[in-house]
Amino acid sequence: MSVAVDLKGRSYPDTAPYLVGREKVREFARAVGSSDPLSLDPSAAVAAGYPDVVAPPTFAVVVQDLTLAQLLADESAGVDFSRVVHGDQRFSFSRPIVAGDLLTAAMTVTEVKTLGGNAMVTAESVMRDGDGAHVVTATSTLVVRGDA
Amino acid sequence: MSGEQLTVGEVVATGAVDVDRDDLVRYAGASGDFNPIHYRDDVATSVGLPGVLAHGMLTMGLAVQPVVERFGGDRIRDYQVRFTRPVPVPPEGSVRLELEAKVGLVEADEARIDVVAKVGGQTVLGRAQVRVALR
Repeated sequence: MSVAVDLKGRSYPDTAPYLVGREKVREFARAVGSSDPLSLDPSAAVAAGYPDVVAPPTFAVVVQDLTLAQLLADESAGVDFSRVVHGDQRFSFSRPIVAGDLLTAAMTVTEVKTLGGNAMVTAESVMRDGDGAHVVTATSTLVVRGDA
Repeated sequence: MSGEQLTVGEVVATGAVDVDRDDLVRYAGASGDFNPIHYRDDVATSVGLPGVLAHGMLTMGLAVQPVVERFGGDRIRDYQVRFTRPVPVPPEGSVRLELEAKVGLVEADEARIDVVAKVGGQTVLGRAQVRVALR
Protein backbone atom coordinates (compact mmCIF):
# COMPACT_ATOMS: atom_id res chain seq x y z
CA MET A 1 0.00 0.00 0.00
CA SER A 2 1.31 3.41 -0.81
CA VAL A 3 0.25 6.93 -0.01
CA ALA A 4 -2.74 8.18 -2.01
CA VAL A 5 -1.79 10.23 -5.07
CA ASP A 6 -4.36 12.89 -4.22
CA LEU A 7 -3.45 13.16 -0.54
CA LYS A 8 -1.86 16.59 -0.85
CA GLY A 9 -4.42 19.26 -0.02
CA ARG A 10 -6.74 16.88 1.81
CA SER A 11 -8.37 18.44 4.88
CA TYR A 12 -10.03 16.78 7.82
CA PRO A 13 -12.91 18.02 10.00
CA ASP A 14 -12.31 19.82 13.27
CA THR A 15 -11.52 17.51 16.14
CA ALA A 16 -13.86 17.37 19.13
CA PRO A 17 -12.95 20.16 21.60
CA TYR A 18 -10.11 19.23 23.98
CA LEU A 19 -10.28 20.83 27.43
CA VAL A 20 -6.76 21.47 28.70
CA GLY A 21 -6.66 20.38 32.33
CA ARG A 22 -4.35 21.75 35.00
CA GLU A 23 -3.22 18.36 36.24
CA LYS A 24 -2.66 17.12 32.67
CA VAL A 25 -0.40 20.11 32.04
CA ARG A 26 1.51 19.42 35.26
CA GLU A 27 1.78 15.71 34.49
CA PHE A 28 3.11 16.49 31.00
CA ALA A 29 5.51 19.10 32.38
CA ARG A 30 6.97 16.57 34.81
CA ALA A 31 7.28 13.99 32.01
CA VAL A 32 9.44 16.34 29.92
CA GLY A 33 11.60 17.34 32.87
CA SER A 34 10.23 20.85 33.18
CA SER A 35 11.00 22.94 36.22
CA ASP A 36 9.14 25.98 34.85
CA PRO A 37 6.99 27.43 37.67
CA LEU A 38 4.55 28.70 35.02
CA SER A 39 3.76 25.08 34.16
CA LEU A 40 3.86 23.62 37.66
CA ASP A 41 2.61 26.29 40.04
CA PRO A 42 -0.80 27.90 39.44
CA SER A 43 0.06 30.86 41.67
CA ALA A 44 3.20 31.57 39.63
CA ALA A 45 1.13 31.45 36.44
CA VAL A 46 -1.47 33.82 37.89
CA ALA A 47 1.27 36.18 39.06
CA ALA A 48 2.54 36.24 35.47
CA GLY A 49 -0.92 37.20 34.20
CA TYR A 50 -2.28 33.83 33.09
CA PRO A 51 -5.56 32.33 34.32
CA ASP A 52 -3.89 28.99 35.09
CA VAL A 53 -0.74 26.94 34.42
CA VAL A 54 1.01 27.39 31.06
CA ALA A 55 1.64 24.21 29.07
CA PRO A 56 5.19 23.31 27.98
CA PRO A 57 5.72 24.06 24.27
CA THR A 58 5.50 20.47 23.11
CA PHE A 59 2.21 19.84 24.97
CA ALA A 60 0.50 20.87 21.73
CA VAL A 61 1.31 17.40 20.41
CA VAL A 62 -1.38 15.94 22.67
CA VAL A 63 -4.05 17.79 20.69
CA GLN A 64 -2.22 17.41 17.38
CA ASP A 65 -2.30 13.63 17.86
CA LEU A 66 -6.09 13.73 17.60
CA THR A 67 -5.67 15.04 14.05
CA LEU A 68 -2.91 12.61 13.10
CA ALA A 69 -5.21 9.81 14.28
CA GLN A 70 -7.71 10.98 11.64
CA LEU A 71 -5.06 10.64 8.96
CA LEU A 72 -3.98 7.19 10.11
CA ALA A 73 -7.60 6.03 10.36
CA ASP A 74 -8.36 7.24 6.82
CA GLU A 75 -7.81 4.07 4.80
CA SER A 76 -8.06 5.99 1.55
CA ALA A 77 -5.01 8.07 2.59
CA GLY A 78 -2.83 4.96 2.47
CA VAL A 79 -0.62 5.96 5.41
CA ASP A 80 0.38 2.69 7.08
CA PHE A 81 1.11 3.46 10.74
CA SER A 82 3.51 0.54 11.11
CA ARG A 83 5.71 2.10 8.41
CA VAL A 84 5.65 5.66 9.73
CA VAL A 85 8.70 7.39 11.17
CA HIS A 86 8.50 10.91 12.56
CA GLY A 87 10.72 13.08 10.35
CA ASP A 88 10.36 16.55 11.74
CA GLN A 89 8.12 18.61 13.96
CA ARG A 90 7.31 22.27 14.41
CA PHE A 91 5.07 24.32 16.68
CA SER A 92 4.27 27.95 15.85
CA PHE A 93 2.47 29.83 18.61
CA SER A 94 0.24 32.87 18.67
CA ARG A 95 0.16 32.42 22.42
CA PRO A 96 1.00 29.61 24.85
CA ILE A 97 -1.58 26.96 25.70
CA VAL A 98 -3.05 27.55 29.17
CA ALA A 99 -5.09 25.21 31.37
CA GLY A 100 -8.77 25.91 30.77
CA ASP A 101 -8.32 26.32 27.01
CA LEU A 102 -10.88 24.48 24.92
CA LEU A 103 -8.91 23.61 21.79
CA THR A 104 -10.09 22.30 18.46
CA ALA A 105 -7.70 21.28 15.72
CA ALA A 106 -8.08 21.09 11.98
CA MET A 107 -5.52 19.30 9.84
CA THR A 108 -4.56 19.71 6.21
CA VAL A 109 -2.02 17.66 4.33
CA THR A 110 0.17 20.39 2.86
CA GLU A 111 2.87 18.41 1.09
CA VAL A 112 3.53 14.93 -0.20
CA LYS A 113 6.93 14.12 -1.65
CA THR A 114 8.52 10.91 -2.74
CA LEU A 115 12.13 10.36 -1.88
CA GLY A 116 13.99 7.13 -2.53
CA GLY A 117 10.91 4.94 -2.33
CA ASN A 118 9.63 6.67 0.81
CA ALA A 119 6.77 9.13 0.98
CA MET A 120 7.21 12.30 3.03
CA VAL A 121 3.82 13.52 4.19
CA THR A 122 3.61 16.97 5.78
CA ALA A 123 0.48 17.72 7.79
CA GLU A 124 -0.42 21.02 9.39
CA SER A 125 -2.78 21.05 12.37
CA VAL A 126 -4.21 24.44 13.27
CA MET A 127 -5.42 24.73 16.87
CA ARG A 128 -7.92 27.38 17.92
CA ASP A 129 -9.41 28.25 21.27
CA GLY A 130 -13.07 28.41 22.25
CA ASP A 131 -13.33 31.93 20.78
CA GLY A 132 -11.93 30.75 17.46
CA ALA A 133 -8.62 32.55 17.95
CA HIS A 134 -5.45 30.88 16.71
CA VAL A 135 -3.29 29.39 19.45
CA VAL A 136 -0.73 27.17 17.75
CA THR A 137 -0.06 25.41 14.49
CA ALA A 138 1.67 22.05 14.71
CA THR A 139 3.39 20.75 11.59
CA SER A 140 4.70 17.22 11.25
CA THR A 141 6.50 15.50 8.46
CA LEU A 142 5.92 11.77 8.53
CA VAL A 143 8.20 9.49 6.58
CA VAL A 144 6.23 6.53 5.26
CA ARG A 145 8.71 3.82 4.37
CA GLY A 146 8.16 2.18 1.01
CA ASP A 147 7.58 -1.51 0.36
CA ALA A 148 11.07 -2.09 -1.03
CA MET B 1 13.60 49.54 28.30
CA SER B 2 14.72 46.41 26.56
CA GLY B 3 17.24 44.95 28.96
CA GLU B 4 18.02 41.77 27.13
CA GLN B 5 21.33 41.75 25.32
CA LEU B 6 22.09 38.59 23.38
CA THR B 7 25.10 38.00 21.16
CA VAL B 8 25.10 35.58 18.25
CA GLY B 9 27.12 32.52 19.21
CA GLU B 10 26.67 33.05 22.94
CA VAL B 11 25.78 29.92 24.93
CA VAL B 12 22.61 30.84 26.83
CA ALA B 13 21.80 27.52 28.45
CA THR B 14 23.15 24.02 28.88
CA GLY B 15 21.75 20.90 30.43
CA ALA B 16 22.10 17.16 30.80
CA VAL B 17 19.31 14.72 31.49
CA ASP B 18 19.45 10.98 32.07
CA VAL B 19 16.65 9.09 30.35
CA ASP B 20 15.60 5.62 31.48
CA ARG B 21 12.71 3.26 30.74
CA ASP B 22 10.65 4.73 33.57
CA ASP B 23 10.85 8.09 31.82
CA LEU B 24 9.50 6.55 28.61
CA VAL B 25 6.54 5.01 30.42
CA ARG B 26 5.86 8.29 32.21
CA TYR B 27 5.97 10.18 28.90
CA ALA B 28 3.72 7.60 27.22
CA GLY B 29 1.09 8.17 29.90
CA ALA B 30 1.42 11.94 29.93
CA SER B 31 1.32 12.31 26.16
CA GLY B 32 -1.00 9.46 25.20
CA ASP B 33 1.59 8.03 22.80
CA PHE B 34 1.43 4.31 23.55
CA ASN B 35 3.33 3.05 20.53
CA PRO B 36 4.86 -0.16 21.96
CA ILE B 37 8.25 0.47 20.31
CA HIS B 38 8.75 2.84 23.25
CA TYR B 39 8.35 0.21 25.95
CA ARG B 40 8.54 -3.30 24.45
CA ASP B 41 11.82 -4.69 23.13
CA ASP B 42 10.11 -7.58 21.34
CA VAL B 43 7.92 -5.21 19.33
CA ALA B 44 10.82 -2.84 18.64
CA THR B 45 13.08 -5.60 17.35
CA SER B 46 10.27 -7.14 15.29
CA VAL B 47 10.14 -3.95 13.21
CA GLY B 48 13.90 -3.84 12.77
CA LEU B 49 14.86 -1.45 15.54
CA PRO B 50 17.82 -2.09 17.84
CA GLY B 51 15.47 -2.04 20.84
CA VAL B 52 13.16 0.31 22.68
CA LEU B 53 13.56 3.92 21.55
CA ALA B 54 12.76 7.17 23.32
CA HIS B 55 9.76 8.95 21.82
CA GLY B 56 11.05 11.59 19.41
CA MET B 57 8.60 13.97 21.04
CA LEU B 58 10.10 13.21 24.46
CA THR B 59 13.56 14.10 23.16
CA MET B 60 12.08 17.25 21.63
CA GLY B 61 10.37 18.11 24.92
CA LEU B 62 13.47 17.52 27.01
CA ALA B 63 15.72 19.41 24.60
CA VAL B 64 13.85 22.69 24.95
CA GLN B 65 13.88 22.72 28.77
CA PRO B 66 17.17 24.63 29.19
CA VAL B 67 15.72 27.33 26.91
CA VAL B 68 12.46 27.31 28.88
CA GLU B 69 14.38 27.71 32.14
CA ARG B 70 16.46 30.54 30.73
CA PHE B 71 13.68 32.58 29.14
CA GLY B 72 10.33 31.24 30.44
CA GLY B 73 8.13 28.84 28.53
CA ASP B 74 5.55 31.48 27.65
CA ARG B 75 8.09 33.41 25.56
CA ILE B 76 8.59 30.62 23.05
CA ARG B 77 6.98 31.58 19.74
CA ASP B 78 8.20 28.73 17.59
CA TYR B 79 10.05 25.48 18.11
CA GLN B 80 11.12 23.02 15.46
CA VAL B 81 13.35 19.99 15.23
CA ARG B 82 14.28 17.30 12.76
CA PHE B 83 14.59 13.77 14.14
CA THR B 84 17.93 12.67 12.73
CA ARG B 85 19.01 9.79 14.96
CA PRO B 86 16.97 7.43 17.13
CA VAL B 87 17.72 7.29 20.85
CA PRO B 88 17.74 3.68 22.14
CA VAL B 89 17.10 3.39 25.87
CA PRO B 90 18.40 0.24 27.59
CA PRO B 91 16.23 -1.82 29.98
CA GLU B 92 18.64 -1.09 32.81
CA GLY B 93 20.52 2.12 33.43
CA SER B 94 19.95 5.19 31.31
CA VAL B 95 21.24 7.29 28.43
CA ARG B 96 22.42 10.84 28.91
CA LEU B 97 21.04 13.58 26.70
CA GLU B 98 23.46 16.52 26.61
CA LEU B 99 22.11 19.90 25.59
CA GLU B 100 23.63 23.20 24.59
CA ALA B 101 21.64 26.23 23.47
CA LYS B 102 23.33 29.05 21.56
CA VAL B 103 22.06 32.28 20.11
CA GLY B 104 21.71 31.77 16.36
CA LEU B 105 20.10 35.04 15.31
CA VAL B 106 18.93 38.23 16.98
CA GLU B 107 16.11 40.27 15.46
CA ALA B 108 14.15 43.30 16.61
CA ASP B 109 11.80 41.53 18.97
CA GLU B 110 12.90 37.91 18.95
CA ALA B 111 15.94 35.68 18.97
CA ARG B 112 16.55 32.31 17.41
CA ILE B 113 18.16 29.90 19.83
CA ASP B 114 19.81 26.85 18.29
CA VAL B 115 19.90 23.72 20.42
CA VAL B 116 22.46 20.95 20.02
CA ALA B 117 21.25 17.67 21.53
CA LYS B 118 23.71 14.81 21.80
CA VAL B 119 23.70 11.26 23.10
CA GLY B 120 27.08 9.56 23.37
CA GLY B 121 28.70 12.43 21.49
CA GLN B 122 26.38 12.14 18.48
CA THR B 123 23.69 14.66 17.63
CA VAL B 124 20.17 13.25 17.75
CA LEU B 125 18.22 16.30 16.57
CA GLY B 126 18.82 18.43 13.51
CA ARG B 127 17.89 22.05 12.97
CA ALA B 128 16.58 22.34 16.53
CA GLN B 129 15.56 25.98 16.64
CA VAL B 130 13.60 27.91 19.23
CA ARG B 131 12.26 31.39 18.55
CA VAL B 132 12.01 33.37 21.76
CA ALA B 133 10.29 36.73 22.25
CA LEU B 134 12.69 39.38 23.54
CA ARG B 135 11.78 42.02 26.06
